[in-house]
Amino acid sequence: MNSIDPVILFFLFGLVAGLLRSELKLPSALYDSLSIFLLLAIGLKGGQGLATQPLGPLLPQLLAVVVLGVVQTLIAFGALRAIFRFDRPNAAATAAHYGSVSVATFAVAAAWLSSRSIDVEPQMAILLAVMEIPAILVGIVLARGVSKDTDWRSLGHEAFLGKGVTLLLGGMAIGWAAGPEGLQPIKIMYFDLFKAVLALFLLEMGLIVSRQVDELKRRGLSLIAFGLAMPLLSACLGLGTGMMLGFSVGGMTMLATLAASASYIAVPAAMRIAVPEANPAVSLAGSLGVTFPFNILAGIPLYHWMATQLTGATP
Amino acid sequence: MIPIQTEKRTLLTVFTEATLEHVLIKDIDRLGIRGYTICDARGKGSRGVRDATWDESKNIRIEIICARPQAETLLAHLQERYYSNYAMVACLSEVEVLRPGKF
Repeated sequence: MNSIDPVILFFLFGLVAGLLRSELKLPSALYDSLSIFLLLAIGLKGGQGLATQPLGPLLPQLLAVVVLGVVQTLIAFGALRAIFRFDRPNAAATAAHYGSVSVATFAVAAAWLSSRSIDVEPQMAILLAVMEIPAILVGIVLARGVSKDTDWRSLGHEAFLGKGVTLLLGGMAIGWAAGPEGLQPIKIMYFDLFKAVLALFLLEMGLIVSRQVDELKRRGLSLIAFGLAMPLLSACLGLGTGMMLGFSVGGMTMLATLAASASYIAVPAAMRIAVPEANPAVSLAGSLGVTFPFNILAGIPLYHWMATQLTGATP
Repeated sequence: MIPIQTEKRTLLTVFTEATLEHVLIKDIDRLGIRGYTICDARGKGSRGVRDATWDESKNIRIEIICARPQAETLLAHLQERYYSNYAMVACLSEVEVLRPGKF
């Protein structure tokens, strides 16, 4: 497996085209459609796997990843305040991005592992859905404290019933109810075409990432340093959690990737409403401009290598 | 030909970030405004180019036709609540409408 993954090449193509200010622009409806497809496919795959195993052991795992999300957000907030001198709203909003997860990074890791025939526990999709939420709530509390005028009802609605979580859980429910046999007729679209769709999605991601460069230049090295250090630290926490939960090498790699990834869809939207003083360009330049490319280009293989070292398995 | 009978109303136009859409709709409903039209938009302003290529750079344009006092109340609310932290431009203009009872 020496050739570069085409999925990564699509990303690099988008990135270069964007940096050269090419006219290339994908319609925004396509971006929306591709992300709906990816979320559903990830959900279906996870749900189908869950159909063949008992659901009882899931509970402690869900609890563990909620704690992981909260701890990551708190560490990121502390570091941004103390070391990187962010003001309170920006530190809280950025910390929430890093405590939450990125579906695109998850999808790349899933494709990376499956092309190497490395098995992953099917419940990763539900952990992905659950890990999206706690950081949002912690981020809001960090920014504003527990104040009376926070509209928790609508924030809760947005966090728990946002597009991402709804599609993931809906896909999982369908996959679980239909089971591997039932999914056979739609398998060709949702499983076999997954990587092809992911490639197209990453082309758009490359274009989006290229637009973060100006903001990164404005912010200087500190945001880049944070954007690289935070995923490494989070990945270690993720690996530790995965080990504690008795996951396989694939599962540990996946949990490390989830922990290391930073949100750029659900969290920015929620933070924009809940913490208006925070500048969304800063958080996005970090999560999209630095952390996302780092994770998909170098992070995933690194986390896999670390997982094999920790478990003593042969890579 | 039927003679055209128009009456004056105020058109409030708001250009802002798409993320605010559902929050603004709640504000509009609370003020008892009876109707509005929203469309996707893109453009450039003091906060740079918002080119609508993905979620975070999407803009919307909201148009509301209503009585002057209502439009002023909403405009004041927008100024107080959103102007300092969000990409937002709003303006008022006089329009002539048929069926004034609708507005």
